Amino acid sequence: MSTMAPTAMQHGLQSCDACGLLSRPAPGAQEGRCPRCDGELVFRKPASLERTLAYVIAAAVCYIPANVLPVMTTITSGGSESDTIMQGVVLLWSPTGWPLSLIVLCASIMIPSAKIVALLYLLITVRRGSIENNTQRIRLYRMVELIGRWSMVDVFVDTFTVSLIQLQPLMSVEPGPGLLFFAAVVVLTMLAVKSFDPRVIWDSASSKTIQKEVSYARP
Amino acid sequence: MPDHNPSFPQVPESKIVPKKRTRLSLVWIIPMVAAAAGVWIAVTKILNEGPGITIVFQSAEGLEAGKTKIRYNGLDLGTLTTFRLAEDRHNVIATAKMAHRTEPFLVKDTKFWVVKPRLSGLSISGLGTLISGDYIGVELGQSQESERHFIALESPPPIATDTPGRFFMLKTPVLGSLGEGTPIYFRRLQAGQVASYDLDQSGQFLNVKIFVRAPYDQYVNSDTRFWQASGIDLSLSASGLRVQTESVMSILVGGIAFETPATDSAKPPADAGTTFTLFNDRAAAFRPPPLDPQTYLLVFKQSVRGLTVGAPVEIGGIAIGEVTRISPQLDAGTMEFTVPVTVSVDPLRYGVKFLNAPTGPDLVAIRKKVMDSLVSHGLRAQLKMGSLISGSLYVSLAFFPNAPPASFDWSQNPVQMPTESDNIQAIEDSVASLLKNLDLTVTNADKLVGNANQLIGPNSELDMELNSLLLQGNDAARSIRLLADYLERHPEALIRGKTGDSQ
Repeated sequence: MSTMAPTAMQHGLQSCDACGLLSRPAPGAQEGRCPRCDGELVFRKPASLERTLAYVIAAAVCYIPANVLPVMTTITSGGSESDTIMQGVVLLWSPTGWPLSLIVLCASIMIPSAKIVALLYLLITVRRGSIENNTQRIRLYRMVELIGRWSMVDVFVDTFTVSLIQLQPLMSVEPGPGLLFFAAVVVLTMLAVKSFDPRVIWDSASSKTIQKEVSYARP
Repeated sequence: MPDHNPSFPQVPESKIVPKKRTRLSLVWIIPMVAAAAGVWIAVTKILNEGPGITIVFQSAEGLEAGKTKIRYNGLDLGTLTTFRLAEDRHNVIATAKMAHRTEPFLVKDTKFWVVKPRLSGLSISGLGTLISGDYIGVELGQSQESERHFIALESPPPIATDTPGRFFMLKTPVLGSLGEGTPIYFRRLQAGQVASYDLDQSGQFLNVKIFVRAPYDQYVNSDTRFWQASGIDLSLSASGLRVQTESVMSILVGGIAFETPATDSAKPPADAGTTFTLFNDRAAAFRPPPLDPQTYLLVFKQSVRGLTVGAPVEIGGIAIGEVTRISPQLDAGTMEFTVPVTVSVDPLRYGVKFLNAPTGPDLVAIRKKVMDSLVSHGLRAQLKMGSLISGSLYVSLAFFPNAPPASFDWSQNPVQMPTESDNIQAIEDSVASLLKNLDLTVTNADKLVGNANQLIGPNSELDMELNSLLLQGNDAARSIRLLADYLERHPEALIRGKTGDSQ
């Protein structure tokens, strides 16, 4: 475990999240501020795992109605028709339209669920104090962080459609209740990513190294 | 006892640890809210879940799973969700998800049908579905019995169940131009329509179910007569051509008319579902019902060409019955070919009044007595020509006082009534002899013309004589002219005579 670099926390130092300046923490239970940028200083994001878990669970709960409930209701003179995301995918699936259908499938169904699964994986591994695949895990975290916001595109498209297609006597489009849940899934996963402190990935590794060192040191 | 036991000074004090606080972070409110929202949505969805039903259609043409709606009065009551072929490989079984709280309407007599553009008679319906696509129409039943499996109607029911009025049944041997929705007229007002029709189990007649709307159904009682008012009724009679129709609409799409004969005492309206006979025309409908029908057998030896079943039996020019059966027979013993004709007479039905009728308890005996005395007075049946053009015959009952005596054999059934070889044969004979005479006359005339030709033709004696007569006439005229000229010049010659020198 010689690859384990010492962390600031191990040395009793706090690094600023914003500007990266190392500084000594405020004495006692007082709140510390970065002397350079006035950013809040903490060793690790407070209750990082707990918060992330809460957000992920909330997202997972919202994921079900987001897919079961219709996201869009098309009202024509012939009657109204409500479509869920999956129905939209099926509707788009045609010999010529299948790439579009795949995009919707990826962006709206697979990515949100993949995000939830990825975050759960990160949470569980950190919780169990895993020290394996640290680089892979941080890569996964970055990917989740990067991709997360793009799922919001769905919500924007839906809202645009609803506001644009209001040809009252002929047809109109109304948002379905599923859309709200879908937006909640996207926002909650983003919040979960935000509240997750990637540094904890190495914390357990370093602590384990220390433990190991200690255990080795002991006769 | 003091707290500190001095005898155990080595016992260490317990370690002070900060009280562990298991504080639930506020962030957990978020998944709770999400879960609550999810549960609430799920619960409302389950609570709003309508019943699922199955409807059997003959064809799923124009229907789409997940799109075709079930509508009642413009309101969506459900959606067809799936289709599958029935086990009989013919029908289509559709499952439908009904809206919340539609359970009370899904009862045994609720009816479903496909609403599509239809053209029937003079009415066009379902034009809106050209744009919106077909949908399922529904008529909510009144029954209390819940039902989840329905069989769709082929066409929309012509009468909504909540329309006030009553259904009646009509029996008819042929459907004619009737169909579902055929109008029913009462005093030429449209009073209802044909609801449905089907062939009776026996295959002998059709049962036509009709609906008579509310204000008119009270005029239907047990005496009411229904008749086919389809098309045009043309009749040529002594008073001229008569055209009778119910309305232009009925000419095109047919119709049924009904009328209730006025009676002294108003009868109560007929119960719904009462069966009536559908007559062919108004005259047939108002023919009085049989009162005292009697069947007789008339055996004719002559040709009955022109006699048909239904031909009238008349007495003194008044119809009192009709021919019911004509069945020729050959007697192998005598090699005699005869045509027994069965007739049914009912004088009472046709309004024949009996004056000085003998009374008694046994009506049959009285009737026999009357008939016996009629025959002994010479009553005979005879075939008579009804129309020279069509050659149709009718049976005439008439008295022939000089006819050979005959009597009834009441043991037979039907009783044979004596017949009189009528004058049709005589007419035929006389026509034949007339034709023969005519032929002779024509031959004579031909001869006459030949003779005349011989007499006055060219080169005939007469011709030559005439020619010479004309020539002599010419000469005579010339002599007279010469005489006249001479007298003009010599008038004295009248007195003195012709003088030779003066020439």
